[in-house]
Amino acid sequence: MTHMSTQLSTPVSRQTVESLSQNKQEPAWLTELRAEAADQSETLEWPKPEKVRIDRWNLGALGVYKAQKQASLAELPEEVQAIVPEDASGNLLVQRNSGAVYRQLSDELTAKGVIFTDLETAARDHADLVQQYLFTAIPKDEDKLTATHAALWNGGVFIYVPKNIEVEIPLQAILFQDDAEASFAPHILLVADQFSKVTYVDYVVSGAEGKSAPAVHHSAAEVIVKAGAKVTFATVHHLADNVIDLSLRRAVVDNDASIEWIIGDLHDGNLLSDTKSVLNGNGSTSDAKVISIGTHSQNMSITTQAVHWGRSSDSQMVTRAVMRDQASAIINGITKIEKGATKANGEQTERVLMLSPKARGDANPILLIDEDDVTAGHAASVGQVNAEQIYYLMSRGISRAEAERLIIYGFLAPVVSDIPLEAVRNQLNRLIEGKLGS
Amino acid sequence: MSTHFKIEGLKAAIEGKEILKGINIEIKGGEIHAIMGPNGTGKSTLASAIMGHPKYEVTSGTALLNGEDVLEMEVDERARAGMFLAMQYPSEIAGVTNSDFLRSAINARREEGSEISLIKFIRQMEGKMKELEMNPEFAHRYLNEGFSGGEKKRNEILQMMMLDPKIVILDEIDSGLDIDALRIVADGVNSMRSEDRGFLIITHYQRLLNYITPDYVHVMMQGRIVKSGGPELAQRLEAEGYDWVKEELGIVDETVGQA
Repeated sequence: MTHMSTQLSTPVSRQTVESLSQNKQEPAWLTELRAEAADQSETLEWPKPEKVRIDRWNLGALGVYKAQKQASLAELPEEVQAIVPEDASGNLLVQRNSGAVYRQLSDELTAKGVIFTDLETAARDHADLVQQYLFTAIPKDEDKLTATHAALWNGGVFIYVPKNIEVEIPLQAILFQDDAEASFAPHILLVADQFSKVTYVDYVVSGAEGKSAPAVHHSAAEVIVKAGAKVTFATVHHLADNVIDLSLRRAVVDNDASIEWIIGDLHDGNLLSDTKSVLNGNGSTSDAKVISIGTHSQNMSITTQAVHWGRSSDSQMVTRAVMRDQASAIINGITKIEKGATKANGEQTERVLMLSPKARGDANPILLIDEDDVTAGHAASVGQVNAEQIYYLMSRGISRAEAERLIIYGFLAPVVSDIPLEAVRNQLNRLIEGKLGS
Repeated sequence: MSTHFKIEGLKAAIEGKEILKGINIEIKGGEIHAIMGPNGTGKSTLASAIMGHPKYEVTSGTALLNGEDVLEMEVDERARAGMFLAMQYPSEIAGVTNSDFLRSAINARREEGSEISLIKFIRQMEGKMKELEMNPEFAHRYLNEGFSGGEKKRNEILQMMMLDPKIVILDEIDSGLDIDALRIVADGVNSMRSEDRGFLIITHYQRLLNYITPDYVHVMMQGRIVKSGGPELAQRLEAEGYDWVKEELGIVDETVGQA
């Protein structure tokens, strides 16, 4: 194995960031936010996830901003068209490399005051809303990653659902890269106002042309769930193996509000995936389902977190990962219950199935509890495919390959079958099939 | 061609310890053979070795099914050639429904493009489950997961009925069954008797043989078949136990590989 030791100079400096922002005619407050973040990125350290040295990854390959031409769906690359949802009903946004190329929201939702556009446009057209929430769930000075992202993010998604509005049809986005030299850094900001309801689904993928050089996808999603609101956030990542995927997601959840995360980490390259729910509200809930498949020599750090501040708040986390070849995954589940969060409940399960003696999987369940009157539980397991089960299936005439396939699907099924969105289930199954068949 | 299965000189070891010390049995289509014997004499090893359990190493001998040595085949090839083993301890497999599993097993025997239609499969499965007095919901349950001992055994018989094998080995299918379940399982086996199919029934007790009348009974001790006879042999074993056989043959310890 070779390590990339080339230190590319990072393109993050106050000067470059400011001039880019001005060229894009961004509002002054945003230019200042980016410039400040650029300063911070110079002094802050990369995050240090458990047992994964991301500082050894080639994190300098951030690419340069390249303006994108608007496109019709028919003009998108074939492999991207394959995932254009049939049921999008006009609610779809597409980002290609550094910027949005397609955005569509139904008249009905527009009339109801729903906003669904790229974040760059929203920063100009809905500055009050964007400025109020941007980098509140994820502080930009948390570490070098958040600061770099705050300085360089592009395209992105902004969703605002007004009070009492229920959006029945999922709002969907396709975020894809097909130019390894272009910066690809979407920032997603979703604000669900009181007693509103919305489902957001995105697919983060590579086009055939994007596989030539090392690249980094850094993205952050901030989800603000106001009192009584309900948000489902589903995301499926399948970038090519030349891309490092750094994805942070954070929800801040108010009284009696709920967030449901559905995460398919089916990426082919190195991965840092960190999903956290901050349960500020009394009676707030979080439910996270994560599936992942590791192949070849990819390194993955997958973390799910819940922080309980609200009384009677509830968090559920389930992660299931299948590791093939020499793939390695460190899977962390962190349930933190703060003092005063009485009657809170947190449950987490991490399971890893290894298909090869060279694969590595660590499951680290962590409970941090500062309040007595709570309930919490965890379960974790790491295991090989059971030889007895393979024998049993083969004794009925099923080939070894098919027996393994049944066991792997069976392992993932309890999570996949629980996903409430059929289209997402189908895409996940298609990608799982692809990753296991390769 | 009518089924013909012939085991000759079968020796098998587990972790280097020889358990089967030369087994010879010939089963023709339409025949039911019973293998009886106390615990630890090698009965289940015989079943596992024939089917190809990875823990058992066959050190010599052949098992010819219509002239082809199944011992040379992978486990799945043995099954597709017509071998079926109803296991004493069937595996539980989470996330795989009973019906998906069975459909995969049936389709494994068919050419690509001529898979069994879903409707036909469901109709067949429901019909057989009814015969076995199984709750229809078991079709959608995960394979053997949370099944009681009796339910697992019925599920083994269901698979046998759906897969239509040439040689059926039942390994202690009667253990853990109450009298009603025993009758249902026996009825299932009897309904499958045919000129094209041979049975090898491994059992500890004679009671199963009250419901399924064997043509031949073999007694196994020390990893060998030490005595063979007709159904009357099973009855004598039930009435008098195994001591008379040991005395007759001068066997002190009938077990094998137990040290």
